[in-house]
Amino acid sequence: MSTATAPAATGGEPLVAYDDATARYDVVIGLEVHVELGTATKMFDGSSTAFGAEPNTQVSPVSLGLPGALPVVNRTAVEHGIRIGLALDCSIAEMCRFARKNYFYPDMPKNFQTSQYDEPLAADGHLDVVLEDGTPWRVEVERAHLEEDTGKSTHVGGATGRIHGADHSLVDYNRAGIPLVEIVTRPVAGAGARAPEVARAYVAALRDLLRALGVSEARMEQGQMRADVNVSLRPSPDAPLGTRTETKNVNSFRSVERAVRYEVSRQAAVLDAGGSVLQETRHWHEDTGITTSGRVKSDADDYRYFPEPDLVPLTPSRAWVEEVRASLPELPVARRARLQAEWGYSDLEMRDVVNAGLLDVISATVAQGASPAAARKWWGGELARTANAREVEVTALPVGPAEVAELARLVESGRITDRMAREVLEGVLAGEGTPTEVVTARGLEVVSDESALVTAVDEALAANPDVAEKIRGGKVQAAGAVVGAVMKATRGAADAKRVRELVLERVGAPQA
Amino acid sequence: MAPSADRSSGPQNGADELVRASAADLARRLTAGEVTSEDVVRAHLDRIAAVDGAPGDGRGVAAYLHVSGEEALATARDVDARRAAGEQLHALAGVPVAVKDVVVTRGTPTTAGSKILEGWVPPYDATLVERLRVAGMPVLGKTNMDEFAMGSSTEHSAYGPTRNPWDTSRTPGGSGGGSAAAVAAFEAPLAVGTDTGGSIRQPAAVTGSVGVKPTYGGISRYGLIAMASSLDQAGPCARSVLDAALLHEVMGGHDPRDATSLPDPVGPLAEAARSRDVRGMRVGVVRELTGEGFSAEVMASFRSAVDLLADAGAEVVEVSCPTFAHALDAYYLVMPSEASSNLARFDGMRFGLRVEPSEGPVTAERVMAATRGAGFGPEVKRRIILGTYALSAGYYDAYYGSAQKVRTLVQRDFAAAHEQADVLVSPTAPTTAFPLGSRLDDPLAMYAADIATIPANLAGVPGMSLPSGLAADGLPVGFQVMAPARADERLYRLGGALEALLEDRWGGPLLASAPALDTVPARPEVATA
Repeated sequence: MSTATAPAATGGEPLVAYDDATARYDVVIGLEVHVELGTATKMFDGSSTAFGAEPNTQVSPVSLGLPGALPVVNRTAVEHGIRIGLALDCSIAEMCRFARKNYFYPDMPKNFQTSQYDEPLAADGHLDVVLEDGTPWRVEVERAHLEEDTGKSTHVGGATGRIHGADHSLVDYNRAGIPLVEIVTRPVAGAGARAPEVARAYVAALRDLLRALGVSEARMEQGQMRADVNVSLRPSPDAPLGTRTETKNVNSFRSVERAVRYEVSRQAAVLDAGGSVLQETRHWHEDTGITTSGRVKSDADDYRYFPEPDLVPLTPSRAWVEEVRASLPELPVARRARLQAEWGYSDLEMRDVVNAGLLDVISATVAQGASPAAARKWWGGELARTANAREVEVTALPVGPAEVAELARLVESGRITDRMAREVLEGVLAGEGTPTEVVTARGLEVVSDESALVTAVDEALAANPDVAEKIRGGKVQAAGAVVGAVMKATRGAADAKRVRELVLERVGAPQA
Repeated sequence: MAPSADRSSGPQNGADELVRASAADLARRLTAGEVTSEDVVRAHLDRIAAVDGAPGDGRGVAAYLHVSGEEALATARDVDARRAAGEQLHALAGVPVAVKDVVVTRGTPTTAGSKILEGWVPPYDATLVERLRVAGMPVLGKTNMDEFAMGSSTEHSAYGPTRNPWDTSRTPGGSGGGSAAAVAAFEAPLAVGTDTGGSIRQPAAVTGSVGVKPTYGGISRYGLIAMASSLDQAGPCARSVLDAALLHEVMGGHDPRDATSLPDPVGPLAEAARSRDVRGMRVGVVRELTGEGFSAEVMASFRSAVDLLADAGAEVVEVSCPTFAHALDAYYLVMPSEASSNLARFDGMRFGLRVEPSEGPVTAERVMAATRGAGFGPEVKRRIILGTYALSAGYYDAYYGSAQKVRTLVQRDFAAAHEQADVLVSPTAPTTAFPLGSRLDDPLAMYAADIATIPANLAGVPGMSLPSGLAADGLPVGFQVMAPARADERLYRLGGALEALLEDRWGGPLLASAPALDTVPARPEVATA
């Protein structure tokens, strides 16, 4: 058994090497994802939900929790909740109530959150995800329920940005009351060492799903989608579930994966040392990649849930649910399967395209007339590399599906060669215009005028009499030097294959 | 016992005559151009100046926490001008009204009788206040109440008690003692109250006025500072059944801002109040609300009124509602549970009082605790603690859960009783007005004042209190009428008829026999109005 090692500078706790941890313990994870719904107004009042407004301008008596104000349910938010539930293959409650979750915190105007407790809108579903190597994985979803967001606190003057040690705190209630759907998985067991990967794949698949449904932009960096990651260890898959920790507000796919890994290593060290894992919330530190202890959950934690008396129960009619179901768009998993079949990609090719996030641009490029192979080649090759080098998303490049499709057409029609196409792309990326404009401006068209080419070949042969002699003598591979000279003379505008044929023809060599 | 004419020594003539007029009469005279709203409002402001004093000054009725004289006069002048210009106005345009201080009023201080909201000026109007304003009714001011409507005597107001106009050494009931006393003391023709367990009806009973708790959801709760959301209901306070109906009609009907608001438009209540016909109406006397705990004098007055109804052609039956015996217990679990959550928002962070701890660090949590510790009175703290306990994990099922089951049983008892009777009747309160201070140290005795009114709140059904006469101590007795949910017009039909029968016997309204009130120094804001 290897001993736990304390990470030096991170300020973290003793850790066990990840592989050792997963060799000795069974990992169980669970994910609670909060999604801000993209409604125009808040969950229980008419205030705007637009992001980025001046603090405390998008508020009303209701979202400020002023005395006397009452909530009214936002129908669009309920419809979005139903969409999410149906897309996760959940059953939609025929009757469900909101409940009050009571606790005091300055960013919660009423000092209770209107949420759902034992009567979620949607329950018992699943999300099928695909791991990076193509392994399919089904994540069971326990519930999806509606609730309201809290305001946003900013703690000023402390070292950590957290409330402890802060000099004072500012609260922006613009976010208070924005509709949220909380999607809770059942415990995900059996993934073993791949648990972090499953967690990441789940969150990524959920993001894609939410976007496809049009219910949220699900931008993690804007807090529109926030993941709480639960991790527990147990000695073996037969053992009862171990004590879990809940790492709050992990805000990128990569961090989800890292947070699980870290907690596995940390909890293994605690257990190895004969200790027991504390049931607690933990904070994720993006910069150092560690979690630190937050609030210890205890029996004293009592939210005193009771049915929200200011609201009547939600009773989504079956007709409405079916109407929503009929309006669901094609979901990501089905779409992938369809596109792979339509495009004739191999599993490996499809996996790479999906992992690189290229599905939508390739789809759009094919729609503009490019062949699926060409679209994959350009987006997965040159453009992916460029985006990588520039550290931006491919969608942020100044080249879109229309330009790539145009480029592919130019190549397919023989107007430019593949090599020239790369140069054209450079021109387009440099803002020199459309592919056709770059071809013209840079004079990159394939020289298809045979007589001009013959002249160029003859000139090259005349300039290299020794090479011509070698070819005539049977050293056909020597033709390369003349071909190179012709290509240089035509600045690459000639078709190299044809040039080679002409060289051999003009020296009278036997054709290969 | 009928009042004798010589005890009638209220305001007599001129401006004083305007304050004795009913709202219906004022409405008619305003429409006919016989009086102006400005005159009517001035008469009421003068009356307030003469008899109200202020809470805490030890004298006067102290019905008002805040008098909005300038604003009421401005509304009155506006209405008068529009009427003069020939504009078609609401029937009650120009008739002034007082509003219980638990209802938020834009631009006018609203405290709910609590120090924790001292000085708070709401940025918005409750829906019912909007409706009063749309109707052109000048708001005279905000009436005194037990803090956050928690109490049955108005003595739990953080600003001092209201006194009963019939005997200023006694309480006017509660929590809406201010609204009831304002109409009973001729300081307003109409007032708005709220009733969570009897806070409109029980003060009406002990002040000889009329108060109605509509069907739950009949008048919007938007802008009512919540005590117990599933029980709270606003309603009218008046000196006659017809006046109550007129105010009810102004405020009632669906409000999209209150999810628990009924979809129905308000019914023809004034018409019901005027019908005065109870022939064939089945009147059920609730056995459980007519025995133990009710004083002999109260019962005598009640029985006499029931006999009058029978004589007028009503069919009187006795009905039994056995689970009403548990109503008070269930109420004191549901109400504090909801209140503990509703009152959580008073934390010093966004509005109202903010108190920093006297020593130690000034953290959010400690400011909240210090603010709540200083801002809430003992009865409010008692109920928050009770409710917090009742909702706690491990106790929820035994307390809140059981209480909700009792509510269902109470509803079933009402439904069963209504198979035999169109309306149910009982005394409103077990006793006449009790002396100030007599129950302050005995919460259970205080809670018992609402024993007859609470079942209607638990079931969400409408209830009315109207006077049935005076007891031997010279104090009014209240008669309660209850009806099925959404059948509020039955209250007005029976209440209007009974009122007419009784006034025939008395030779006029009961309140005409109320003793004259001492003139007291006016509060500053009224003196300058």
